[in-house]
Amino acid sequence: MLELRDVQVVFDGFRALDGVNLTVPDGELRFLIGPNGAGKTTLIDVITGLTRPVAGSVRFAGHDLVGRKEHQIVRLGVGRTFQTSVVFEELTVIENLDLAAGFRRPLWTLARRRRGVSEAVAEALARTGLEDLAERSAGVLSHGQRQWLEIGMLLAQRPRLLLLDEPVAGMSKDERERTGELLTRIADDHTVVVVEHDMEFLRRHASTVTVLHEGRVLVEGSVDQVSADPRVQEVYLGRKASDAVGHRP
Amino acid sequence: MSAFANQLPIGLSIGAVLLLIALGLTFTFGQMGVINMAHGEFIMAGAYTAFLLGDLVPALPAAFLVAGTMGLILERAAIRHFYGRPLDTLLLTWGVSLVLQQLARDLFGAPNVQVPAPAWLSGGVGILPYNRLFIMGLAVAGVVAVWAYLTRTRLGRRTQAVVQNRRLAATSGIDTGRVDMLTFFVGSGLAGVAGVALTLIGPVGPALGTYYIVDAFLVVVAGGLGQLRGAVLAAAGLGLLNSYAEFWSDASLAKVIVLAAVIAFLQVRPQGMFVLRSRALT
Amino acid sequence: MIRRNLPFAAVAVIVLVVAPLLLEPFRLSLLAKYLCYAIVALGIGLAWGQAGMLTLGQGVFFGLGGYSMAMHLKLTEGGGLPDFMVWSGVEELPALWVPFGDPVLALATAVLGPMLIAAVLGTLVFRQRVRGAYFAILTQALAAAMVILLVGQQGLTGGTNGMTNFFDVFGQDLADDSTQRGLYLVVASVLGVLYLATRQLVNSRYGRLLVAIRDGEDRVRFLGYDPALVKTVTFALSAGMAGLAGALFVPVVGIISPALLGVVPSLELVVAVAVGGRHALAGAVLGAVVMGYAQTAFSEQFADGWLYLQGALFILVMTLAPKGIIGVAERWRRARTT
Repeated sequence: MLELRDVQVVFDGFRALDGVNLTVPDGELRFLIGPNGAGKTTLIDVITGLTRPVAGSVRFAGHDLVGRKEHQIVRLGVGRTFQTSVVFEELTVIENLDLAAGFRRPLWTLARRRRGVSEAVAEALARTGLEDLAERSAGVLSHGQRQWLEIGMLLAQRPRLLLLDEPVAGMSKDERERTGELLTRIADDHTVVVVEHDMEFLRRHASTVTVLHEGRVLVEGSVDQVSADPRVQEVYLGRKASDAVGHRP
Repeated sequence: MSAFANQLPIGLSIGAVLLLIALGLTFTFGQMGVINMAHGEFIMAGAYTAFLLGDLVPALPAAFLVAGTMGLILERAAIRHFYGRPLDTLLLTWGVSLVLQQLARDLFGAPNVQVPAPAWLSGGVGILPYNRLFIMGLAVAGVVAVWAYLTRTRLGRRTQAVVQNRRLAATSGIDTGRVDMLTFFVGSGLAGVAGVALTLIGPVGPALGTYYIVDAFLVVVAGGLGQLRGAVLAAAGLGLLNSYAEFWSDASLAKVIVLAAVIAFLQVRPQGMFVLRSRALT
Repeated sequence: MIRRNLPFAAVAVIVLVVAPLLLEPFRLSLLAKYLCYAIVALGIGLAWGQAGMLTLGQGVFFGLGGYSMAMHLKLTEGGGLPDFMVWSGVEELPALWVPFGDPVLALATAVLGPMLIAAVLGTLVFRQRVRGAYFAILTQALAAAMVILLVGQQGLTGGTNGMTNFFDVFGQDLADDSTQRGLYLVVASVLGVLYLATRQLVNSRYGRLLVAIRDGEDRVRFLGYDPALVKTVTFALSAGMAGLAGALFVPVVGIISPALLGVVPSLELVVAVAVGGRHALAGAVLGAVVMGYAQTAFSEQFADGWLYLQGALFILVMTLAPKGIIGVAERWRRARTT
């Protein structure tokens, strides 16, 4: 279970997060939405150790995450992707996945050459449907494929909690569809938090939604509850929530 | 006590020279990501300009022009093709530095030469010799000029914009190429002025720049990239530490102590004294 | 497997069998000297080419190895205090020198000393995420500081002149051609073994991790690795290689002095790696040998020309062939096969 209590983050005097409380129970697929600057990415940065809060606590599965280094948090079972996907272009798809699956190996066993494909890597390949591209270098992948590779790398880490930062941004309709199915399947056996703007995507795949606004949690509930909430509509410039978020460029 | 006090002007004038050198470095490094190893040779060029002219006052603007033009040529001819590859630029400019040093050896001979100090700089007030005071004055003038340029002129504000976000600056209509040229000209010119200053405290040789360039880079590391106040504080700190470390331990340990101090400082402020905060994942 | 090792085997035969038969002793020990540099270059190829850490201070580690060996050689010659100490008026052997009388301790210091220093520096620097150009500058400052320290401690280190006039190594007469040939074979074998080991490392998962850290250190953290640790280990390995190279260099060349390990020699080796091709370990080794040979050849002809040539060559390589000789060769081969 992920639990944030009164988390505050300040960037040079600007309050990016202003007392966020958030609880995500095990096995849930949670969507985080909110206008630009609401603090969505900052929230993920805080959970994964990239940004340090000035106050508040972040707990995951009984561990306090604040003050831990990024790689230590990953080792506790928290994985994330980035808005701009970062894969290692000089390595092949399979090498990227193998790297992601490998952090549990002791350093000295890394000195051996990779032989064959480990179970975690094979599973990640199958789930993301990248089998055919396994031996290609990641540099030649399309934007959508890179995003899937990143999700695959995340799966290969075998995390308990996955944090995805705008996984369908810039994707074509088909690619979104495929990503949505992938997410639903992943959510079957993982806890997942997704930052997303796309309302249509949200309607199709979300169960619970948390709306952030100006560094605070505005509303929390089902997609219908949230989009019917007048505060949410107001936040999205007075227009209907569904319109506003649906037409994001 | 007086020996202790005597180190003060020495340390401060070394700091002043380092500052003049580092001002150019911190902006070329901060703005363009360029580590210019040939910067040391611009110092040397400035010093030889003073040697050729034999007079301090006309040497200052002349050295600024000579070194600045050299920097400009280097930027236009080579460095601009290497933006985004800082480590490659480092090696490239080192090649340039080698050639320039050998050129100086061929032009002026390998042995050191001495530039006669003007009579009006002999003597001093109390523990402060005039020549050291003059160097400090030069550095103060340099900082004030750079500060005024950056904050009071349009071109200067554009320079700052490029330092903070090159791509954004370029898309908002700033000709980053011109800004780069100018930064290189001014930065290299200041190194030339530093070279003239150095003729007041020692002889001039083809390898003059190499003695100061490493310390000047440390000033940039400790001060933070493209940060005027960082450069001033770090230069003064390293200058004083250098001279007092030589005074207290022995001269051979001073550089080790300085390096250790910089590394220790980085444990507290890994990005130097002042940083521009950014959320980007590099 | 055989196909891949064929070039290595061919080079090994040439270096270990053909060269000792064909070359006169003077040339053979020159080659031994280049191979010592090649060992340092191999370490640079690992740290810089693979892991992206531009280290401008390998001369320091080379020097530590060299001085350790030189101290050992001075102590085992007999005849009391080392010559330079007598000249600078030292009357008793300094305590620092005592352990170096033991060959095992001297060799261990030559390799482990540099590794320890690199590990400490790496830990302090990489943990704070100081990297790229900053790291390069700090290592260069280390090289500068080291030279001044060595020059200043005249009575301990021989000052500017360093140490020279060695007569025998492990009981073998250094003036003897057979000793020189033996030393050559030792250097060549050490290089061969280290090359194979480093290649194995580069091809392993660890090698993939290094490339990943080079291209996206921050991303690697979110794969659950600690880049600081990996980089520190790699930097220490490259330092150990430089130290070993220094220890071999001293009996081969017969001198160690601050001029051999300062800012300029450290950079020269990086340049050699760039010229050979930093992306491939073979490029690093090749570059060191080619640049070493070029330096000897040109300095014999016109001493001053070398600096121009080195500078110009380097500017040309960086501009026209950033992947070095190996890169050009690969491009040429690809163009021919397609």
